[in-house]
Amino acid sequence: MSEPLLSVEGLEKHFPVTKGLLQRQVAAVKAVDGISFDVVKGETLGLVGESGCGKTTTGRLITRLIEPTGGKILFEGNDITHMSQGRMRPLRRDVQMIFQDPYSSLNPRHTVGAIVGAPFRIQGIKTEHGTKKAVQDILELVGLNPEHYNRYPHEFSGGQRQRIGIARTLALKPKLIIADEPVSALDVSIQAQVVNLLEDLQGELDLTYLVIAHDLSVVRHISDRVAVMYLGKIVELADRKSLYESPMHPYTNALLSAVPIPDPKGRAQRERIRLQGDVPSPLNPPPACRFHTRCWKAQEICKTVEPPLETLATGHQVACHFPENAPTTPEPAVTTA
Amino acid sequence: MSFLELKDLRVHFPTDDGLVKSVDGLSFALERGKTLGIVGESGSGKSVTSLGILGLHKGGRAKLGGEIWLDGEELVGASAEHVRTLRGKKMAMIFQDPLSAMHPFYTVGSQIVEAYRIHNDVSKKVARKHAIDMLGRVGIPQPDRRVDSYPHEFSGGMRQRAMIAMALSCDPELLIADEPTTALDVTVQAQILDLMRDLQRDFNAALIIITHDLGVVAELADDILVMYGGKCIEYGTAEDIFERPEHPYTWGLLGSMPRLDRDRTERLLPIKGSPPSLINVPAGCAFHPRCTFEDRTGGKASTEVPQLVETEGGHLVRCHLPRDTRRSIWETEIKPSLEAS
Repeated sequence: MSEPLLSVEGLEKHFPVTKGLLQRQVAAVKAVDGISFDVVKGETLGLVGESGCGKTTTGRLITRLIEPTGGKILFEGNDITHMSQGRMRPLRRDVQMIFQDPYSSLNPRHTVGAIVGAPFRIQGIKTEHGTKKAVQDILELVGLNPEHYNRYPHEFSGGQRQRIGIARTLALKPKLIIADEPVSALDVSIQAQVVNLLEDLQGELDLTYLVIAHDLSVVRHISDRVAVMYLGKIVELADRKSLYESPMHPYTNALLSAVPIPDPKGRAQRERIRLQGDVPSPLNPPPACRFHTRCWKAQEICKTVEPPLETLATGHQVACHFPENAPTTPEPAVTTA
Repeated sequence: MSFLELKDLRVHFPTDDGLVKSVDGLSFALERGKTLGIVGESGSGKSVTSLGILGLHKGGRAKLGGEIWLDGEELVGASAEHVRTLRGKKMAMIFQDPLSAMHPFYTVGSQIVEAYRIHNDVSKKVARKHAIDMLGRVGIPQPDRRVDSYPHEFSGGMRQRAMIAMALSCDPELLIADEPTTALDVTVQAQILDLMRDLQRDFNAALIIITHDLGVVAELADDILVMYGGKCIEYGTAEDIFERPEHPYTWGLLGSMPRLDRDRTERLLPIKGSPPSLINVPAGCAFHPRCTFEDRTGGKASTEVPQLVETEGGHLVRCHLPRDTRRSIWETEIKPSLEAS
């Protein structure tokens, strides 16, 4: 395994809950509660989970849009966890973000040229034939007409707007792109266009992606490795094939079996794992294993001892006391990052 | 006549930029106890259709045409007052976002009680008991306590259950669910889909489910109607649509969608371009600018609007391609490419 481009160690974000005149802290929402993973150069890591599991917070922590309360973020070996804004700025060239909503993430008063050209301006980068030429080249790269340089976002459809967002991300040739639900606001036929575009760009520009999404089928399609989050923790992390074909964590199993399958003939035979209830509030998560309140395999130990994220097969980490599909003797940790 | 029958329904909105033909000549029939799935992308007219059936365009700017027959009664020409007596009682709707569809100032119970008492001459006490029964029926734990909760005290899945309880409180014979699970997480979505399937069996209602998610319709629908640009472009049983689709747009939808039940394909096969603006629907077949097989129609695609014709046993398709050409394209080109890994 080559050197990780991004390395996250025990990352935490606890949002304080305050009360009263003195804004005394009475509790904390543990949105992200000690997660660790690596992203290797050139790969796509998918981060999936239901709403409130902390996946978006993770993305924002890595881009340093919000300040972590604990843990470490290493980018190319440099600790950027608490780096000052000024020192972060040159690094921002290398880490860029694609946002979910192509309507609210583009300034309606700016032209496409200004939006996509902003990174050049902010970073003070001069290009050989001027910014306009550079911007037009990028527009062409993402499948937009370069002549639309002077148009405003409202003149474009949802899919085209998402392409503008992607163009802005690519402007400075970043190394890592964090895509937070890049296709979930788009129509089905447009989703596929954008997914293909992201894949093509990865090949052409040698990009590394961290894709945050809730749609398990989209994540399987674009990711090399997938991490599953539940209430601020990673419960399972594995390469695509083993995660989807032999998931070990009961939650992963339940998630996969809940996805509606577009096959009307098979609906009678399908056996579903039905989870009871909803995801508990991250303000007051269940103790020890956070999934035990909804898990059908839960036993006494799950309520008292928190299962650590352990490597049970090559490159397959699981945090569960009673994993499924697990090899009988756990392999020694060879590739733990 | 079927329980619900739409004949050439048209919903047009005059705007400053021109006439928006949101629904332009839609016909279908639905029996009690059956589920129809309406599939389409944003702007295809699927939600406008459902609001039209419920009579919610009355008094607005919309120009309605055609006929809607519900249990032998025509609704397009009926008065707004009359439709109001049917709404809630005979037909009800489940909205996409339960947080904005419920009133935040009133308890969930009082909102169900209100709906129930409008159509039934009962005391508050009886209505409240009925509300508790309904909440229990849709799987809300401790319904006698939760009946006094406010919508914000419920989680997303519970709110959707409460919405379903409200919609079913007057025992409607037609239930329209507009993207009922889009706002929900996947594990909660599975619970709600199960619930809707069970309740429909118990209540024997006709169910219309409107969604953009082909997985959801495949789970629930008996028949599927695919809309594009305000028109039905393909109609058939769920098996027709998933096993033997004949419209290039339906093929495109199937190719755009990554599937967990099959091996991962190397590439998705998207539809080029984007859905049309309803002010400027392309001439001829509305789909022709995005269609891969447009050149095989002999130039008719851009000049002539294709008719919705039956290809076999109730399977309707609106396409200029000859039937044999469509079938051979599906068998030899599309189907293998969807399965190739």
